[in-house]
Amino acid sequence: MLAMNYRGPRRVRIDSKPYPEIKHPEDAIVRVTRSCICGSDLHLYNGNVPDTRVGSTFGHEFVGVVEEIGSDVEKLKVGDNVLVPFNIACGKCSFCQQGLYGNCHESNPQATAVGGIFGYSHTAGGFDGGQAEYVRVPYANFGPTVIPPGMDPDDAVLLTDVVPTGYQAAEMAGIQPGDTVVVFGAGPVGIMAARCSWLFGAGRVIVIDQVDYRLEFVRNYAPCEAYNFKGMDDPVVFIKKITDWIGADVCIDAVGAEAAGSALQTITGRKLLIQAGSATALHWAINSVRKGGVVSIVGVYGPTDNLVPIGNVVNKGITIRANQASVKRLLPRLIDHVQNGILNPKALITHRVPLEDVADAYNIFSNKLDNCIKPVLIPSTRS
Amino acid sequence: MEAQAKDYSHILGWGIDADPKNDPTYPIKQRNGNLTDPKGYTWDRPVQQPVDVEILHSKERPNVSAVFGTSVPPSGLSGQIRRFAFRFSESEYGHWLPLLVADRVNVVEGIIDDFRQGRVPNILAEKGMSADWKYNRKGLLQQAIIGAVVATAVITFLSRDKRPTKRAY
Repeated sequence: MLAMNYRGPRRVRIDSKPYPEIKHPEDAIVRVTRSCICGSDLHLYNGNVPDTRVGSTFGHEFVGVVEEIGSDVEKLKVGDNVLVPFNIACGKCSFCQQGLYGNCHESNPQATAVGGIFGYSHTAGGFDGGQAEYVRVPYANFGPTVIPPGMDPDDAVLLTDVVPTGYQAAEMAGIQPGDTVVVFGAGPVGIMAARCSWLFGAGRVIVIDQVDYRLEFVRNYAPCEAYNFKGMDDPVVFIKKITDWIGADVCIDAVGAEAAGSALQTITGRKLLIQAGSATALHWAINSVRKGGVVSIVGVYGPTDNLVPIGNVVNKGITIRANQASVKRLLPRLIDHVQNGILNPKALITHRVPLEDVADAYNIFSNKLDNCIKPVLIPSTRS
Repeated sequence: MEAQAKDYSHILGWGIDADPKNDPTYPIKQRNGNLTDPKGYTWDRPVQQPVDVEILHSKERPNVSAVFGTSVPPSGLSGQIRRFAFRFSESEYGHWLPLLVADRVNVVEGIIDDFRQGRVPNILAEKGMSADWKYNRKGLLQQAIIGAVVATAVITFLSRDKRPTKRAY
């Protein structure tokens, strides 16, 4: 079968790899019909996540058709159209029992801080991902969800990560009616976080980024205020100024390790790798939120350390909430929102690229070429 | 609360998920009616996936998780470095920094493997340069010109005549 093959920082290609095998009685094999490149895949692509091995296949956002099931799989059958949450969760451990499906303790031997994630390095379990024609899906009785009849597969594929992550960013922010919410990052997750902030009753939603076409998109899509930080002397002072010099009630970091805007952070976090990515967005979030406010983090960082103003967290009495999205917990509500027309995820998709052209797709997304917001890879075996 | 008086009717779904009970742990954790969270390895563990490839597991757990990926087992020099890294906990730089080194070593191993298999890696294609040619031709040409100038300067510097200049008296 064809699969994306990581060869080193900013080098990927399509290769022939062995068809995946059932390794566990609760496994399924899924024929991928669509898979996305996620902003967090760029951390792997750029070589920033430790234990990203040459030969790995990325991809944690995918939908497809069940081709084969293990002997203990009862809740799926061959031929089912499924969307597969990006986190691999057993549904049985004490963390899964609390709904913390992004923190499963039975899906990743290599690290205890993160549960298993499809195609996201050996630090996240060493699973091959869905940027391939076929993929092994563990815990098929629990994770994969049958796509409701009539749902557009472009909507379904964004329900595997982008929509739940954006929604949970707003949910974790504890938004109360009337709150002012600042979202750092106008990538797909930031756009969705801005849109979902309204669902929780935000009174004002502001997005900060440096890419004009994305700011224009979110301004219309969310809808919200959107500002380019490249035109500001200091984004923190700008936010203070437009919030009566108090700060936002809530700040959401939807950028993570690839943030621009600070030479020190960029050099130490993205070039020298002496911190776990550039924490510029988080730094700004902590300093832009009001005293007693909430900072919600869904941007992905590496596992070592980052330079953030933790003293200001203490002195301002800030609540920080953060997690990988608990996709399975959120899916029923989000499927309703999509089916009722409240959320329109597929509007984010700007590029449909054959799986064979995966290297071009990574370059387009990584360098924001051709006004790219969200690329989807389409395998030739989709039908 | 002044904002509540504003008209948000133009924003589809405004406030439909508002939840005044949302505090720093709600609803991220489901309490299931228990006053305390479950403790320790008290759950019925799923069936263990057979460990038929080398799996490095964190020092912060006593076992291998019930399922795991088998995509690229450790091998070669990078594998030795990864084995060394797993002697340290996730809290130690001794764990993460060797893994980053192993990743870079692994890149060289990947190129050597390609040549061993009679394949010359097409690095330009792997970098998706055809997308640059299509959507960023000006930038690509600028990079090519800068690269050519730098390469010419380096070659000129390295190939200069290092013998002492003979002077005419």
